[in-house]
Amino acid sequence: MEKVLMKGNEALAEGALAAGCRYFFGYPITPQNELPAYLAKRLPQAGGVFLQAESEIGAINMVLGAASTGQRVLTSSSGPGISLKQEGISYIAGSEVPCVIVNIMRGGPGLGGVQPSQADYFQATRGGGHGDYRTLVLAPASVQELYDLTALAFDLADKYRNPTMILGDGVLGQMMEPVVLKPSEEIERPIPGWAVRGKRGGKAKLITSLYLEPEALEEHNLKLARKYEKMQQEVRWEEYLTEDAELVLVAYGTMARVVKGAVRRAREKGLKVGLLRPITLYPFPSEALGKLAERARGFLCVEMSMGQMVDDVKLAVCGRAPVSFYGRAGGIFPTTAQLLAQMEKAMKH
Amino acid sequence: MKIASRPKCLTKEHFSYCPGCTHGIGTRLVAEALDELGLIEETVGVLSVGCSVMLYKFIDCDFIQAPHGRASAVAVGVKRALPEATVFAYQGDGDLAAIGTAEIVHAAARGDKITIFFLNNAIYGMTGGQMAPTTVEGQATTTTPEGRDPALQGYPIRMTEMLSTLDGVAYAARVALNSPRNVRQAKRAVRRAFEVQQEGLGFAIVEMLSTCPTNWGVKPTAALELIDKQMLPTYPLGEFKVPEGMKKVVTC
Amino acid sequence: MLEEIIISGFGGQGVMLAGQLLIRAGMEEGLEVSWIPSYGPEMRGGTANCSVVLSDEPIGSPVVSEPSAVLAMNLPSFEKYLPLTQKGGLFIYNSSLMDEAPGRGDLEMLGVPATEIADGLGSGRAANMVMLGALLARKPLVKPESIIAALAATLPAHRQNLLPLNEKALKAGAEFAEAR
Repeated sequence: MEKVLMKGNEALAEGALAAGCRYFFGYPITPQNELPAYLAKRLPQAGGVFLQAESEIGAINMVLGAASTGQRVLTSSSGPGISLKQEGISYIAGSEVPCVIVNIMRGGPGLGGVQPSQADYFQATRGGGHGDYRTLVLAPASVQELYDLTALAFDLADKYRNPTMILGDGVLGQMMEPVVLKPSEEIERPIPGWAVRGKRGGKAKLITSLYLEPEALEEHNLKLARKYEKMQQEVRWEEYLTEDAELVLVAYGTMARVVKGAVRRAREKGLKVGLLRPITLYPFPSEALGKLAERARGFLCVEMSMGQMVDDVKLAVCGRAPVSFYGRAGGIFPTTAQLLAQMEKAMKH
Repeated sequence: MKIASRPKCLTKEHFSYCPGCTHGIGTRLVAEALDELGLIEETVGVLSVGCSVMLYKFIDCDFIQAPHGRASAVAVGVKRALPEATVFAYQGDGDLAAIGTAEIVHAAARGDKITIFFLNNAIYGMTGGQMAPTTVEGQATTTTPEGRDPALQGYPIRMTEMLSTLDGVAYAARVALNSPRNVRQAKRAVRRAFEVQQEGLGFAIVEMLSTCPTNWGVKPTAALELIDKQMLPTYPLGEFKVPEGMKKVVTC
Repeated sequence: MLEEIIISGFGGQGVMLAGQLLIRAGMEEGLEVSWIPSYGPEMRGGTANCSVVLSDEPIGSPVVSEPSAVLAMNLPSFEKYLPLTQKGGLFIYNSSLMDEAPGRGDLEMLGVPATEIADGLGSGRAANMVMLGALLARKPLVKPESIIAALAATLPAHRQNLLPLNEKALKAGAEFAEAR
C-alpha cells in the first residue's frame, strides 16, 4: 500500500471527499481554519460546493437544508462555534438528518484560548443542545484515523440517520503522518428515500422535528431511544498492553498518543501499565472497561480537561477498582516524566 | 365557465389560522402561483417557526421545518445542493425580522436564488401577541401594554426596503392582503418572485402585510382597515427592486 | 529505534522544512514517522519549532516533551531545550548565532557554525541543511540522498535550481560534524 504524507486537516478533508461528501458550510474559527481553506480549493475541483456562512448558526442550518436533500454534508468548527451550532444540531437530530460535524476543540470556557483541549467531551457525548438526543462521536488519534474515521462518520450518519461528530484538537489537524488512501473510485450512493427533492410524481415528504401531539412526541422519543440503543453496537476502542496491566490508563485523541508513549516508557521501567483508548466516545466502550475492571487493580484517566470522560470511566468500572484522574488545561500536554509520576502515584494506592 | 376553484396543490386540510386572519390568503396565493407556473413537483418549501409552521399541511409539496429564524439558511442549503429545485421559505415577522435577521440579510447579500415570503402582521401570533420588530409606534401588545414607545422599544424595522439595497437582491416587493385590489397585486408579486428564481436572477422577497385580529384584539373587518390606517404609513406598498427588463406588477 | 527530535529556531530559518524532510525521507526508507509544528504555549517567544519522531515501531506519542536529539538554530531554542533533553542525547546548536554557552556534561554537545558555513556556500538560508547534515553524521537515521530526494519532491518546479546548494550544505554539515 502506498503511503503519502499528509497533514491531519487535509486527511480529514480527503476522507470526506472519498466518502462522497461534496458540500461544506462553515464559519471561520481558530484552530480549524486550515480545514475549510483546504476544502475551499478541493470541493470546487470535485464539483462540490463550499460556502462560508454568515455565522455558525447559518452554517449548521445550511447543513440541515443540504443534507435534507440526501447529500453528504460536512461542517467544522471549534468549541465556541459548536455551542452556536447546538440549536441546529438538536433540530438535525430531531429530524433524523445525517451529517458530519467536526469539532477541533480549543480551551474554554468562554473565549478561552486556541490551544488544544478536550473540554467539549460533555457537550459532544451528552447531545449538547436542547432535548433528548445523542450524536455519534468519533475521536481520531492519528492522521490515518482522521482519514478513515471521517469516511466512517458519513457511513454511520447514513446508517442511523443521525449527526456524527468528529472530536479532535489543533495538534491533530496540524500533525503530519503517512496515510494510506483508499483507491479513488467514484462511490455510487443512491439518494435515500426520505430525502426532500421535490415530490416529482411521488408523495410529498416532510423533514421535521415538530410533534405537537403528546403521544406522537413520546413515540418519536421512544423511536430515537431505540435507535441510540442500536448505535451501541458501533463501539470501537483500542487496547495497548492491557493483558497483564495492573493499572489501565484511559485517554482519547492526541492525549492517548502522549499517554501511549509514556506507557511504553513505563513498561521499560517495569511498571505493569496499559492503555485503553476509546475511538468512539458515544457509544462509550463501557463493556471493555468493565471487563478490564475485573482484573485491573486501578484506572487512571488522563484528559486535557478538568475531568469529563472520567465520569464515564467511573460508570463503567462501577466501583470495582479505584479510578484516578490527571488533567491538564490551557493546551499544555503533560510530559512523559509527569505521566510516569502519576502512574506511580496511582499504583501506590 | 369556471371562475374560481381551489388551487390544485392545496390539500383538503382546513387552514388552522384564526378565523378572519388574512394569513390564509397568503398561503392560497403561494399555492396558486405554484400551480400556474407548474412548479409544485419540483418545489421544496421551508417552514419557519410561528403560525406558518403548519404550511406543510396545506400545500402539497416537500417541506423542511427550520429552527426559529433560520428558514432562509435552510433554504440556502437546499438550493445549493439542489439548484434545479424551486425553493421557498415562508416566514413571519418575528422569524425573519428579529431572530433571523442575520440569516435573511446574508442570503440576500449573497444573491442566493431562493424565494422568501414574509408575512408581516406587526405582532408575534403563535406565542400570544408580543411586540414584534415590525410592531408600529403606539401599537399595544402583551409586552408593550401601553403601546410601543420608540424611546423605550425603538422603531419598527422596514426589512424589504433594507434588503432592496443589497446587490444580491433581484426582486423586493411589499403587498397587502386586506382588499381585493391589494390581493390581486399581491398575487402578481408572488408569481413574479417565483419567476425570478426560475430565471436564476437572484434573491426574491415578497413582504405581505397581514392581519392578526386575535392578537390585535379587533374584529376581522376592523383589522382589514387597520392595515390601511396603521400599517401603511409605516410600510408603504410597492416594488423596491425589479430585475432589469421585467415590468413592475404592483401599481400602487 | 525511537528518535524523538526537536528542531527549533527563528521563523524563516527553515526549521519546519527540515523536520518535514526528515519524515519524508524516513517514510521512504520504511520508518514510522510523525511531525508536529509548534503548538500551544510553545509558540510563544518568537521561536518556531517542530517535533519529529522516527521509529521502527508504530509511534506512540508524536508530541515530544523530552527529546533525544535537538537542533537549536538560535539562542532562545538553546536555552529552552537544553534542560529538557534526555540524558545521553545529542544537542546540536548553531554556534554562528550565539556565544559559546555552558552545555551539559551528560549530553553529546556539538556547536556547528551553520549560518557561516551556509553563507560561505552562497546562502545563509541553507543553515537548516547544514544542521541536518551534522545530525545525520552523528545519528545515521536516514541517508543524505533520501533527504535530497525528499527536498526534490517538496520544492516546486521553479525552485529545483536550489537542489545543488542544499546538497552542498548537507554535506558541509556532515563534514564539520565528522571532523569534531
